[in-house]
Amino acid sequence: MSLRIVVCVKYVPDATGDRHFADDLTVDRDDVDGLLSELDEYAVEQALQIADEADDAEITVLTVGPEDAKDALRKALSMGADKAVHVEDDDLHGSDVMGTSLVLAKAIEKTGYDLVICGMASTDGSMGVLPAILAERLGVPQVTLLSEVSVEDGTVKGRRDGDAASEQLEASLPAVVSVTDQSGEARYPSFKGIMAAKKKPVESLDLDDLEIDADEVGLEGSWTKVDSATERPARTAGTIVKDEGEGGKQLAEFLAGQKFI
Amino acid sequence: MAEVLVYVDHVDGAVRKPTLELLTLARRIGEPVAVALGNGAEATAGVLAEHGAVKVLTADAPEFADYLVVPKVDALQAAYDAVSPAAVLVPSSAEAKEIAARLAVRIGSGIITDAVDLEAGEEGPVATQAVFAASYTTKSRVSKGTPVITVKPNSAPVEAAPAAGTVEALAVSFGKNATGTKVVSRTPRESTGRPELTEAAIVVSGGRGVNGAENFHVIEALADSLGAAVGASRAAVDAGWYPHSNQVGQTGKSVSPQLYIASGISGAIQHRAGMQTSKTIVAINKDAEAPIFDLVDYGVVGDLFAVVPQLTDEVNARKG
Repeated sequence: MSLRIVVCVKYVPDATGDRHFADDLTVDRDDVDGLLSELDEYAVEQALQIADEADDAEITVLTVGPEDAKDALRKALSMGADKAVHVEDDDLHGSDVMGTSLVLAKAIEKTGYDLVICGMASTDGSMGVLPAILAERLGVPQVTLLSEVSVEDGTVKGRRDGDAASEQLEASLPAVVSVTDQSGEARYPSFKGIMAAKKKPVESLDLDDLEIDADEVGLEGSWTKVDSATERPARTAGTIVKDEGEGGKQLAEFLAGQKFI
Repeated sequence: MAEVLVYVDHVDGAVRKPTLELLTLARRIGEPVAVALGNGAEATAGVLAEHGAVKVLTADAPEFADYLVVPKVDALQAAYDAVSPAAVLVPSSAEAKEIAARLAVRIGSGIITDAVDLEAGEEGPVATQAVFAASYTTKSRVSKGTPVITVKPNSAPVEAAPAAGTVEALAVSFGKNATGTKVVSRTPRESTGRPELTEAAIVVSGGRGVNGAENFHVIEALADSLGAAVGASRAAVDAGWYPHSNQVGQTGKSVSPQLYIASGISGAIQHRAGMQTSKTIVAINKDAEAPIFDLVDYGVVGDLFAVVPQLTDEVNARKG
């Protein structure tokens, strides 16, 4: 029986670009290039490695997002995922983590799964709690923030490096996993992979397909409200000195003046 | 006055500083009721009372240590049901954030993570967040259910505010999912004797310019002279020079100390995301064009192997 892996990915504004808010205080996606969230590449990579180890596996990449979010799916398909599911609906605009996780959970259930793999956080919202929420919604074990992961005989194992301790975790499938950027460098798509990705199936779903009411998601259905977003003023220019033998002492003088020493 | 649940982050009864900061914020919106779970829970009550907890709900059971996250969610939910609080405040540690998020789903409430400030507002607590690598400041609130808000370390001062701190045992029954993820083994991180990175008042970080694991002692010596935590840039961590647990940046820790000293760090967006909200920023870098100098209050263009040891000696000398 095939191991069904669903990788949740997010299409985000490029973190190295100039990111802003739109007038409705949602993330402005028009004025900055989007791409597959870097931290989700690690999730795709681990899915590919787990699939390699399994006798038979199928990887579905799933995203919720506007039309352009297909770019993120294409990237994951070109890395080697088998098929993609894109949930797209105008009513989704402005969804918070509760709305998005509801949609993901329904789409995961509709797709069918043994293992859900997520990145550790998105590079835009960067909450890092979506995998835990998915596990709660799906009612399956959460095995999250792993720097090492493997699947054998229906059990997922992994190492979670926390602040106070490193933990070895174990859970039965089905389960939700998230992996960190310590889990292993993600592969680059090969030319062959990029060509093959063009022929791989991308299924489109909307809210009706998932039997979700429009008022459960989107900006209006959101359980949080952003009241204001203010660009942080540029830091006032500081003093910069060139070290000519006394740089450390000059720095000490500054720190003493600020009462740090 | 409305009660506010505060989830206690502690190690065997020793309360970590961010929880005391949470009590300061909780007192702005109501009366803090603390929830302490696991080994040593009751031992937390003294310090929590000194900082404003009117009640301390405690529970201990093997499940808290033997299984990941969910048993603590069950317990926090039991506390929520018992208290019917006006808000639930949780420290922004990796585990506590996951606990908060699952509780929010269960009680049908919105969640705000990584707040850096919190004020009472007409429509509930207003959370300030630093977003997009701290290039924006947002103010947000939870608009459905009981606000669940996680707060980053160093977001508020620790304030003495003696209160009753009455210890009450919390009755917890674990749901069927509580034992889903087994913690097979746990290896405690070796203590360096230095402050916790996210909680430290001063952080000294090294990057690509440190040029090797064997040179990091230069950074550590400065940190120790200042009683600071040691951080590292992603470049230094990826090169294997310093542990990932010390990484400052988007995929590492986000820090907000009083003083941040960046040595041999260029200041790429990935790094800035983790330190931009520091109060005072100082940098030492050979390259006068390094973007880190756009952020600094004081910068020295020079060789860190000359400047940093000189600074360390000077700090030690002034301490007398």
